[in-house]
Amino acid sequence: MTLTTEENTTDLAPVCTVRGLRVGLTHRPGVDVVDGIELALRPGEVVGLVGESGSGKTTVGTAMLGHTRTGAEIESGAVELEGNDILGLAPDEIRLLRGEEVAYMPQDPAAALNPSIRIGRQIVELLELRGIDTAEGRLARAREGLREVALPDDDEFLGRYPHQLSGGQVQRVALAMAFLPRPKVLVLDEPTTGLDVTTQTMVLETMHRLCETHGVAALYVTHDLAVIGNIADRVAVMYAGRIIELGRREQVFEAPTHPYTRALLDAIPHVSQARRLTGIPGSTPAPGRRPGGCRFHDRCAFATPACGEQEPAPVEVAPGHEVRCLRTGEIGSWDINLGRAVDREVPAEREVILSVTGLDVSYGRTQVVHDVSFDLARGECVALVGESGSGKTTISRSIGGLHRQWTGSVVFDGHELAGSARRRPVEDRKRIQYIFQNPYMSLNPRHTVGEIVRRPMELFGLAKGKKATARVEELLDAVALAPSVMSLRTDSLSGGERQRVAIARALAAQPEILVCDEITSALDVSVQGAIVELLERLRTQRGISMLFVTHNLALVRSIADRVDILQGGRLVESGPVVRVMEDPQQDYTRTLLDNTPRID
Amino acid sequence: MAATEATLDAQKSAPPAAPAGRSPVAAWSLWLARRLGLAALTLWLVSVLVFLATAALGDPVRAILGKEAETSQGRANQIREQLHLDDSLWDRYWHWLGGLLTGDPGTSVANGLPVSELISDRVLNSAVLVAAAAVIIIPVSFGVALLSARLRGRKGDTAIQVVLLTLAGLPEFIVGIVLVAVFSTVVFHALPAVTISAGGEAPWTQPASMILPVLTLVIAVAPYVIRIMRSTLLEVLDSDYVELARLKGVPEKVVLRRHALRNAIVPGIQVIALQLAWLAGGIVIVEYLFSYPGMGASLVDSVRNSDIPMVQVLAMIIAAVYVIVNLVADVLSILFTPRERTAISS
Amino acid sequence: MSAISATAGLTRVGRSPRLVVGLVLTAVVVLVAVIGPWLAPYGENQITGDPYSDTGFLGTDYLGQDVWSRVLYGGRSVLVVALLATVVGVVAGVLIGVLAAYIGGWFDEVVMRLNDVVLAFPQILLTLLVLSTVEQPTWWMIVLLVGLSHAPRVARVSRGVAMGLVKRDFVTSAEALGESRARVVLAEVLPNMSAPLLAEAGLRLTYSIGMVAGIGFLGFSTDPGAADWGQMINENRLALLVQPWGVLAPVILIGIFAIGTNLMADGITQLTSKGEDR
Repeated sequence: MTLTTEENTTDLAPVCTVRGLRVGLTHRPGVDVVDGIELALRPGEVVGLVGESGSGKTTVGTAMLGHTRTGAEIESGAVELEGNDILGLAPDEIRLLRGEEVAYMPQDPAAALNPSIRIGRQIVELLELRGIDTAEGRLARAREGLREVALPDDDEFLGRYPHQLSGGQVQRVALAMAFLPRPKVLVLDEPTTGLDVTTQTMVLETMHRLCETHGVAALYVTHDLAVIGNIADRVAVMYAGRIIELGRREQVFEAPTHPYTRALLDAIPHVSQARRLTGIPGSTPAPGRRPGGCRFHDRCAFATPACGEQEPAPVEVAPGHEVRCLRTGEIGSWDINLGRAVDREVPAEREVILSVTGLDVSYGRTQVVHDVSFDLARGECVALVGESGSGKTTISRSIGGLHRQWTGSVVFDGHELAGSARRRPVEDRKRIQYIFQNPYMSLNPRHTVGEIVRRPMELFGLAKGKKATARVEELLDAVALAPSVMSLRTDSLSGGERQRVAIARALAAQPEILVCDEITSALDVSVQGAIVELLERLRTQRGISMLFVTHNLALVRSIADRVDILQGGRLVESGPVVRVMEDPQQDYTRTLLDNTPRID
Repeated sequence: MAATEATLDAQKSAPPAAPAGRSPVAAWSLWLARRLGLAALTLWLVSVLVFLATAALGDPVRAILGKEAETSQGRANQIREQLHLDDSLWDRYWHWLGGLLTGDPGTSVANGLPVSELISDRVLNSAVLVAAAAVIIIPVSFGVALLSARLRGRKGDTAIQVVLLTLAGLPEFIVGIVLVAVFSTVVFHALPAVTISAGGEAPWTQPASMILPVLTLVIAVAPYVIRIMRSTLLEVLDSDYVELARLKGVPEKVVLRRHALRNAIVPGIQVIALQLAWLAGGIVIVEYLFSYPGMGASLVDSVRNSDIPMVQVLAMIIAAVYVIVNLVADVLSILFTPRERTAISS
Repeated sequence: MSAISATAGLTRVGRSPRLVVGLVLTAVVVLVAVIGPWLAPYGENQITGDPYSDTGFLGTDYLGQDVWSRVLYGGRSVLVVALLATVVGVVAGVLIGVLAAYIGGWFDEVVMRLNDVVLAFPQILLTLLVLSTVEQPTWWMIVLLVGLSHAPRVARVSRGVAMGLVKRDFVTSAEALGESRARVVLAEVLPNMSAPLLAEAGLRLTYSIGMVAGIGFLGFSTDPGAADWGQMINENRLALLVQPWGVLAPVILIGIFAIGTNLMADGITQLTSKGEDR
């Protein structure tokens, strides 16, 4: 899946140029959200703006329309549209440019379409307000726009409300709406986050085709390097409010020069090879907490004392490839093969600890899982993979005892497991531990980290008093957290730290099986890398078996021994990871693999 | 891959217009019938509660006659007979409910007249009072809430909020007494403090005497409504779709009118309904304070005289108003929410 | 540790002017009610002059009793009954609401349907219904009636809050560990409801004082001769023109108390929603 434009667009004059853009916080003078942003967009070109949460990428995106969210304001810089600075215009004049010249595609179109206006009216709203065309002409344009994004154009469809559309349809309606006034620049803010890979591919293809046909310059804002690697002509990497590396796609992916870009690339999994994923220590600092000098220096493996004092200026390392790093040229080159790992061999002898046969699961009267069978051996990691609605999480919840409406047989270490956790004996509840997707929801905000991690020990009578405190410290150390977090509540921790606490809580019960439900999908890639690193260590050192639920096939390649592919509640294909990925037997597996973004 | 796309889409899109076996008309009638049935069930349970609270808890004869109960045996027996106190609780309830449904809710113990005759004027008077208050409350609330939302975070908004918060805490009789003190006794002598309706004349024939009771109800209700509507408006104004509308270049006026108000209307309906229902009880103290000849004042008198047939009927009417107002609000909310509306007709 | 969290709590309170003003107003009225009887120049039922005369600080009432003394005496009963009624209403309501949310299913359905039935009675109506069948209400009867009229309203609010919590993963996680149901409710769910419940309790106290004084104002007294702010308004209201203080003094105190508790409730909500922003 590679969508980038073949012909060279770099010769064309930019349609939109951002110069020295700085956005600050209204109530905290001197604190910037983003600063020193320089960017040029050329007609027909897709520029990927990539960064982790807190990098300021969305702020740059909306600033292109002269807009900031409440509490922030554009302090200096220019956004030149065909030579005219739009930031110097009066609010009413900026408003007239929006939609017609610069269009915006929101992060979550499902929330961004007005729930009480029919989509036919929403699509033509702007044309109507600006008095473009006649009513019939506008309707014809709306129909054409819908056809362009491969949606029905009949009256029934135009008469629908947003809630009557599927996720992919909503996205495409938003695309059609953005393209209808024929803008010159389009800002897309993580438009495919949360979509299944097949839908994502379709939306990206549509977007790409429209940009090319209409010569629109697109700024694609995302946290997903893999997507960027497929659709962008040029890539800008942001960290803590700065663009730290900017270049053509192949320059950034093949010869990344900034230590942060390299660390990001080391953290992302590839579908074509197993990799030793690593994280970046610490977390992205928020505005106001960013260090002086190079903003990355406190997390950088190559930092020297000078990095903490001097803010690096952009250095051109190749034509069109700029990097903000003092040590450019001193830190050697980066090779993708350094992170490569050997694919796991599944041993002939497997000591099966959990065996699922003929599992049927229902919610109310709807059966969502049909006759699923698989097993898990001691010290093994089995991945359950599927798109939304595949039943992967439902299966894991049934095994974890969180959902009880299931039939079939789940044999754990020689005996049948009861339906719900409450009906299972203490031993079973202790030996199987469940870790949730969202660490913001799975830890009680009223309890301290110490209380949370200690509770399973008390409940299962494993340790108490001083001994328990010592064990909590040990466990926190095992998940790379300092003992000082013990007295903190979870609201002062970052997402990655919270997930580590959740893992420590699970380990406190001394489990034999960890059921991990999409535990990295709410986290940034650099944090995901670190969590995967941690899980791998736990598996090899403690011999814990893992049932790893995910939608990310690339991640599976790096973490699992075996994989079970699910579709619509049925098992489609299962086997050792290398075999399934290299030689898929089923069409559905092939579709998934084809649609998973590849970086190489 | 194109084929997969199509099938995936087919699976995910909810077919909205596909008639699921039933025609929209039938679906709507079924839905309405269910709502009406639920309302009727609620009202029936309300009647049980009213009856139990008034007939089963204490001894009505003692309550009516007080210390005379032992001395005047004849009067006691008369009351026992009039209230059918010798029948079982069960029989008395069905007898009472039957009377209620056939429009014969019994006779007053205090003066022996039929209850229906005693209350008909009073119900009308109260309805006029509540209607007059509602006619002022609704536009005023919308207006102030919009103003406050537009001024959000500025001095004007803060001032409005402080005033509203202060007024919202005050019990209605405190508001009423302060108004009386200011406008008709201590400070000014501009308005009548009580409603004097000579010889059963309707109170609105003297509009001046209605001003204070209506004003009291408005002050008791409007601050709450405004506060809720303001926060609803702010929530809508912060939503993604309003932000997108702005980023699309839609003028602020249109954003407010077309995108924000449309989605704030349902919570608005609900809070107004809740407060109208509250008015049905709020009139009790306000009417008593202003001697307004409505059912609230009548209820207080009946309670004091332990005129149980009167109390029961008045309580039923007030509870019925609540149930009906809520039913109407529910139906309106669903009609104004596309997601709910389409869920019914498909 | 507790000292630290206490000072931290105090500085947090200081961040909401509404909460501070509310606390001060409420405290003033409570102080008047609590120490009032010791400061009163005359007895509760002592006749000090002609009816509605100017004798004394605030004049005399309909029987010639000293208004200022009766104001100082008359707060305790109102405040104590209102406070107890609030406690009854909030405890019962939270219990119903949280259990309905936690147990769910048909239990939730039935309980909330019955709740709707009670909600159909405006708060004062339920009290009046029962008062019509008793000769002389007692103070605990008022506590129960006012409290029970709060319960369904509190239940609705706390069920709503609890609903958002019982489906959270941390509750599911405790269930999966096999924690007892009581512990799940007490240690996992309830601590997360403290802020909205505190705000609700403040609001209920506002309404309690209004209802308790309102019942006295309608003339349903638990103790006819006693000084009681609600009753005083009723006793003296016909003479508003001649001697306004017999009415206005209790009106002002009740008003200040109601405003104070309402500001407190709003301040708590304001503080906690600010906390979420950070």
